[in-house]
Amino acid sequence: MSEVHVALRGVTRVFPATAAQREVRALGPIDLDLMRGEFFVVVGPSGCGKSTLLEIIAGLNRPTEGAVTLEGNPVAGEVPEGIGVVFQEDASFPWLTVTDNIAFGLRQTALDKAEIATRVDHALRLMGLTDFAAAYPVQLSGGMRQRVCLARTLVQRPRVILLDEPFGALDQQTRFLMGDELLRLWRDSGATVMLITHSLDEAGMLADRIGVMSARPGRMLEIIETRWGEERGSRVVATPRFGEITARLWQLLRDESQRAMAGA
Amino acid sequence: MTAGRLRFALALALVLLLEALSRFGVIDRFAMIPPSEILWHLGKILSGGEMWPAIGKTLTNVAMACIAAIIVGVILGTLIHGWRSLRETLDPLFAAYYAIPVYAFYPLFIVIFGLGDVPQVLIGFMLALVAVIVNTLNGLDRVPRVLIKTARIQRLGPLATALKITLPYAVPYIFTGVKLAVAYSFIGVIGAELIMSRTGLGYEIGFAYNNFDNAVMYPLIVLVLAIAATVNTMFFLWEKKMLARRRK
Repeated sequence: MSEVHVALRGVTRVFPATAAQREVRALGPIDLDLMRGEFFVVVGPSGCGKSTLLEIIAGLNRPTEGAVTLEGNPVAGEVPEGIGVVFQEDASFPWLTVTDNIAFGLRQTALDKAEIATRVDHALRLMGLTDFAAAYPVQLSGGMRQRVCLARTLVQRPRVILLDEPFGALDQQTRFLMGDELLRLWRDSGATVMLITHSLDEAGMLADRIGVMSARPGRMLEIIETRWGEERGSRVVATPRFGEITARLWQLLRDESQRAMAGA
Repeated sequence: MTAGRLRFALALALVLLLEALSRFGVIDRFAMIPPSEILWHLGKILSGGEMWPAIGKTLTNVAMACIAAIIVGVILGTLIHGWRSLRETLDPLFAAYYAIPVYAFYPLFIVIFGLGDVPQVLIGFMLALVAVIVNTLNGLDRVPRVLIKTARIQRLGPLATALKITLPYAVPYIFTGVKLAVAYSFIGVIGAELIMSRTGLGYEIGFAYNNFDNAVMYPLIVLVLAIAATVNTMFFLWEKKMLARRRK
């Protein structure tokens, strides 16, 4: 874990003034390196620009200043090949079955049908969706729909996976289980993962490193190394180290959250 | 009694009432013939075969007007949706469109295109087109932002995004436009035939009317009703089947 995979240099984002709103300095400046294969978690008070940061890395949004590079190549307002994103909102396609949803991205490529079928079957099994292969999203729970979106992303084998609070709308127990699943998928895929969450527990149990962001305009206040190694997931919740990490996170975030609330 | 049965009973009661009023001479035979005779004459007309060319011609023209309006309407709707300033320019015009009596242009169309099928199809097309555009715009407005972002993450271009993400999402809304397009195409084509033409169901109804031929006019009116109701029911069932997958 020594090679820089995604690099941000002096990234800022200013939303220009509109009729309804003054100019908003949303983000930065941010300098950040995501290392190849690491699990990086971003926490921060609401409205601090976490999602904007993710969109800039994904190429969905342009930085006002600064630059992002993926594997040494600049990302500028266009989504590069090799990036997968799962959003907080349900992004499943309601007109397609679970199978067709998961195969969607692969069908845009030249991959042959047999290979697509193999990968989709594998993803269905991995996500526990085999019994729902022919179901439509409306028949599934919110957690299952998020798993469909996660599967749709994973079958494309992205080298960087960006997750914007994908479990934000789920209950605590489901989130813990999804967290463990996510760790397993991350280990199997070898991808670089950046997860945005507002759950300090989730950050503490999943991350290699946790980036703590300030209130708007969001900057990196501190980066905490968890030093979990392979042993992590919901089982670490009972360890003293986990308590130290979450205590430190809360210490950093309390002031920022108060500032964010006062500013809102 | 369910709403459906109640509706059927109501329709049946009205028909029976008409039958009774006709039979007891309350309704003059020159004004209208009894429903039972209408059906009997309709059977005779259909089995006689002399009306089939008119039926075929009208249905063909309705289908052409309708299909053209759907294809052009969806394409224009998609283009206008993607072009913001054009959208802002046209929105008020769409809102005012159905205040225009399209039939007022019919003589002009005849001058330009002659007394053939083209002006009739054009009237149906014009009536149907804007309903499709407006409903396509409505459907595209409702596509969640996260699906647009997903399209970009999948690195789809504008055309692929429209064909694979936004239009499929908008299908239930576009379908509302399609149903209106079917209705407006019937109204446009048959209305145009009635006003000025030499063929088609509308023309035959008008011809029978001018000759006080109730034994032809009423059966043909019922035939038009039956065709419209059948097409409408088909679309209703199709829509129900489609929406069952999308909504709980």
